[in-house]
Amino acid sequence: MSSQSQLTPKVQIMKGATPNLSAATYQIHDESHTMGNALRWMLLKNPHVEFCGYSVPHPSEPNIQLRIQMFDERSSLEALLKALGDLDDLCVAVNDKYAESLRTGEFERWVEKS
Amino acid sequence: MNVGSRRLVGVTAERATHVSSTDFPGHYPDEDHSWDLSIFKSNLKVEVQRLSNRSIEFDIVGVDASIANAFRRIMIAEVPTVAAERVYIFNNTSVIQDEVLAHRVGLVPLNVDPRHLDMKADVDDSGTDRDTIIFKAHVLCERNPKAPKGSEDPKELYINHEFLSSHLEWQPAGEQAILMKDIKPLNPNIVLAKLRPGQQVDMEIHAIKGVGKDHAKFSPVATASYRLHPNIVITKPIPMHRAEEFKNCFAPGVVVVDKAKKVVKIDPKGMRNDTVTREVLRDPEFSEMVQLSRIRDFFIFNVESESAYAPQEMLPEAIKVLRSKIADIKRSAESLLDIGGDGGDVSMADL
Repeated sequence: MSSQSQLTPKVQIMKGATPNLSAATYQIHDESHTMGNALRWMLLKNPHVEFCGYSVPHPSEPNIQLRIQMFDERSSLEALLKALGDLDDLCVAVNDKYAESLRTGEFERWVEKS
Repeated sequence: MNVGSRRLVGVTAERATHVSSTDFPGHYPDEDHSWDLSIFKSNLKVEVQRLSNRSIEFDIVGVDASIANAFRRIMIAEVPTVAAERVYIFNNTSVIQDEVLAHRVGLVPLNVDPRHLDMKADVDDSGTDRDTIIFKAHVLCERNPKAPKGSEDPKELYINHEFLSSHLEWQPAGEQAILMKDIKPLNPNIVLAKLRPGQQVDMEIHAIKGVGKDHAKFSPVATASYRLHPNIVITKPIPMHRAEEFKNCFAPGVVVVDKAKKVVKIDPKGMRNDTVTREVLRDPEFSEMVQLSRIRDFFIFNVESESAYAPQEMLPEAIKVLRSKIADIKRSAESLLDIGGDGGDVSMADL
């Protein structure tokens, strides 16, 4: 299992993509709905994205397929990279706000017995 | 609380309405909705509500369900913990079969901080002090010579009548003795097997770091769930003679009956505790006077940690995991840039 996942690249472009990658399907190895749905949402926040959807082709294979189609012959790979960057910014923002709330300590504390 | 109708998921007697989010570019004419970090930050609200030694309740407001769900899924299945993976049984004369006993030992939560250990590259590799924690357990049940006469209580009659999680004894290996302290199961009272005089269990247990998607024993949480904040609006005044009936349609604390001013109100703080049973909609009169909904981007998380992580550490750990996943995909996608690009041949997998 682990030796196989080292051979499989994390991201592959599946056959059938347009040469300029304005429409392409990416297969992402070892990912699930967790990344698939989050990435789909962030890609749809990009106004240059015409269509975006993902699927888990088979529940016992650890792959997802992410389809991206762009307006104006733009590159879907650029859009994917932007979405990944934006998703990372989102994570930092949520983490910072959470840490701030925890630091101010304005919440109820209680003791729970095992 | 006055919430814009776009943020509401309607709850009617037989169906949920306006379920999907609409904050995408192109959905509303003349509105942008494309990703903007500063707008996102100004709308985002993260607030811890309740914290105990075992669980936490916090709100995340202003994110999409796909993001909140990613945090929840990662807390359950991808935040690593340490659990017994290999159990070497030298002797087991208890009534529990070896494989069943090994399984029960595997499920015992340990107080090992996973951040001190490496993930084993291959489970079949021999372990090192950097990736394996070793426990020994040797329990022999005997008759208690000092048992009171006529007693029928196994606690008094026998010594070691139960094989408990507290019988797991940590054997520090290499630098573990310096790095870690007092490694043991989080709960000392878990009964792993019942014993009778002459029966014994003798085993060595190797615990490793893993994730919940491989086996549920590695999951750091008992529950990690979210619900949407309920929103209840009274549209027509509730008649005072039916106020108590109306109040009883909701969870305690949601409806306030002001007898002096003769008004029935919804308590904005109590509203979050409502379970949205729709009981109020069964009454033909009440159903015309109230509007039930939930706020689509208001997530009330409830997380119970059952691992070495304190409950307030669960979300930061999940975010750490998510960010490393993003970095992995990004690195691999960037390597595709060189082969792709304008006019160049795209290297396409034969999939």
